[in-house]
Amino acid sequence: MREAQPSFQYATLVQQEQAAQLGMWTFLATEVLFFGGLILAYCVYRYGYADDFAAAARHTKIVIGTLNTAILLTSSFLVAWAGALVKVGFDRLVAGLLTGAALLGVIFLGLKGYEYREEYREHLVPAVNFAFEAAHARGAELFFMLYFVLTGLHGLHVAIGVVVLLAIAHRARGGAYGRQYHSPVTVAGLYWHFVDLVWIFLFALIYLPGRSSA
Amino acid sequence: MKADVETNYLTADYRLRSWFLTTDHKRVAVLFFATITLFFFVGGAAATMIRLELATPQADLVRSDIYNRLFTMHGVVMVWFFLIPSIPTTLGNFLVPLMIGARDLAFPRLNLTSWYLFLIGGSVTLYALFVGGVDTGWTFYAPFSTMYSNGHVVLAVLGVFIAGFSSILTGLNFIVTIHRLRAPGLTWYRLPIFIWSLYATSVILVLATPELAITLALVALERITGIGIFNPRLGGDPLLFQHMFWFYSHPAVYIMILPGMGVVSELVTCFSRKNLFGYKFVAWCSIAIAAIGFLVWGHHMFVSGQSPFAGIVFSFMSFVVAVPSAIKVFNWTATLHKGWVSYDAPMLYALAFIGLFTIGGLTGLFLACIAFDVFVTDTYFVIAHFHYIMVGGMVTAYFGGLHYWWPKITGRLYPEYWARAAAILIFFGFNMTFFPQFILGILGMPRRYHVYAPELQVWNVLSSAGASILALAYLLPLFYLGWSLFWGRRASSDPWHATGLEWQTSSPPPKHNFVATPIVERGPYVYTVDGEAVPQNA
Amino acid sequence: MTWYPPRIVALSWGALLGLLALTVFLAYQPLGAFNTVIALIIATTKALIVAAIFMELREHRGLTIAFAAAGFFWLAILLWLAGTDFLTRPQFPPPAIL
Repeated sequence: MREAQPSFQYATLVQQEQAAQLGMWTFLATEVLFFGGLILAYCVYRYGYADDFAAAARHTKIVIGTLNTAILLTSSFLVAWAGALVKVGFDRLVAGLLTGAALLGVIFLGLKGYEYREEYREHLVPAVNFAFEAAHARGAELFFMLYFVLTGLHGLHVAIGVVVLLAIAHRARGGAYGRQYHSPVTVAGLYWHFVDLVWIFLFALIYLPGRSSA
Repeated sequence: MKADVETNYLTADYRLRSWFLTTDHKRVAVLFFATITLFFFVGGAAATMIRLELATPQADLVRSDIYNRLFTMHGVVMVWFFLIPSIPTTLGNFLVPLMIGARDLAFPRLNLTSWYLFLIGGSVTLYALFVGGVDTGWTFYAPFSTMYSNGHVVLAVLGVFIAGFSSILTGLNFIVTIHRLRAPGLTWYRLPIFIWSLYATSVILVLATPELAITLALVALERITGIGIFNPRLGGDPLLFQHMFWFYSHPAVYIMILPGMGVVSELVTCFSRKNLFGYKFVAWCSIAIAAIGFLVWGHHMFVSGQSPFAGIVFSFMSFVVAVPSAIKVFNWTATLHKGWVSYDAPMLYALAFIGLFTIGGLTGLFLACIAFDVFVTDTYFVIAHFHYIMVGGMVTAYFGGLHYWWPKITGRLYPEYWARAAAILIFFGFNMTFFPQFILGILGMPRRYHVYAPELQVWNVLSSAGASILALAYLLPLFYLGWSLFWGRRASSDPWHATGLEWQTSSPPPKHNFVATPIVERGPYVYTVDGEAVPQNA
Repeated sequence: MTWYPPRIVALSWGALLGLLALTVFLAYQPLGAFNTVIALIIATTKALIVAAIFMELREHRGLTIAFAAAGFFWLAILLWLAGTDFLTRPQFPPPAIL
């Protein structure tokens, strides 16, 4: 494995690695606030339209949602596994794990697309063909607007993550990373885990409300 | 050693691509400087039209919908394309690595990306202006902006959205750089206050701007699809927009002022030949302003229909946030006390800042008081208040910093007497423009109106006359600073005999800033009792 | 050092899937207002496992943890202070106007 050199503004590779990690954590903080605005809107309207939101949430597809959550959790596990392995070698396995995680991400997006199509068929798309029982229509339309924006934005982040993981996997396969230098794997991993983390909360807010009542 | 014998960051490469593909933080700073200067004049042109119209009580210069587009563009361009980037992307980009003894920022390519994003966002916004502009005010209140405006709302918010990412990347870069790239011996309490201020600014940039981004995205979404997130007819709440908008936009004003405060700390110490009084207080007050600044946004919404309880909470927090700013003013004053004060142009700007910022800040306290705010909200009192801080404070500090570090950035000295004349003219023009507006506000003249009661004309004429002086005064630096680039005397590495690390390298600095990494041994403002500077690394 | 995943990472994965099953199961139980609370508690627990173990926060210094927490802390400020308005309004949502 060739010797990696720090960029000219860094004295050591360790310093560069620490800077890259700090940079990614800072970026993730911005993402929290980015999604956070939508979370505020969700909380405000759930408080205002509690029954409508419960009724609307019952129309989300819990099977697909649960499956997708399990898929993302597993993909995160693979990425964490790869992150541990890259420090000791096993280049091909690392590449395979990262590719596997990316593949799971693609499956996630595929299922999401199927879900969107079903929701279109069921007239749950605001501004396009939304139709809901009149008693809950106001809040339900707001719920589904937030649903599409939140999951759409999240899906965009998943798609970007898939590309990043594949790129890193490709470089790992070529032997670019090892004990001395593996910061891109760590940093890409942080991003992917964060995307998973956002989904964990979205799942709880979108798929679970209203299930215990008819 | 003659400066033209050695290469510096300006002379290292003359090709165009070495500028447009540069990752050198100093060149990126110069690129930003050119861009924001352009936007300053665009926003200034809108302001000129506004003040011309307001010289008479009738609507005789422009139609009302054009007037609406003028003040909107003035606000949008000045806030997002001049004030917010100004000091951080120009002086900040240039000086942060130099002041901490580093060779560049943590992420140089991200820095260049930041400039391109700014350029793209600015271009989209200028395009929106040329195809007819937007008439919602820079605050884009829903549901007017989302449902009823016939301006180019989506284009305008798209431009701001893109520029927002420029801000975020700059803030991210500064935070990581300040944490990780400090020179050996440079502990946090040995950092210049300019760095502390930029750190606090960067925290706001990073945490507040993304929230604005999603708010503007929702505005565009509602405008395009017609769903009622903010529209009460469809079950939405317009106040949700206001909460989301002001959660960013109040901290945004601290993005604008904190770097200016940082500059003033540098100027006041250098031109009093004294250590900063209460360094730790000033440092932590920067952080406090940034943190508490996130807790006050509802003071923009006292009459909006938000609950009185929320109003009380926000009013109280707004009083609290004034305290760290006041502490800084006291500390600057104490630094001046018994110092060897000289009145070079940068110092004139610093002194102007202290006075004008205090007036602006105190009137902010009036506005924090709900009972008073109810009378003057949406009047010229508010406009005068924030212009005292933004223009009297921030732009003044920017000019002060620009003059102070001009020798370092360009390697040339500007003509001192022209600079002092411009500074004094700016001070007079500014006060003549904006002090009458406090009076207009108390007399009840609403903001964003281009017609007003005839008895208010005398104050408006004073204000417009002052604006013409101010406009002239702002043009002056363009000429003498431009002149100095070609015919100014060449500067030594430390023309002001100051203490910071940036003065321990040549003017202009070499491409990688320092010949050898400095080792820091003392704080940033050590002067002997005779006023001799003791550099940080000697 | 083998190619196996570290034990704690594999156990975390199992715990996450288990918590997922638990939260779905509990969502169908009639617990009134507690449904929401429990769903959020379980979600937070899963998030903390991802953050501490997958994102390796447990091995990092206070600075990194502060950076990680900052976004959430500021989001909490947004939700809480905006909440002081919405939760104390006499009427929310605004009346439906036609």
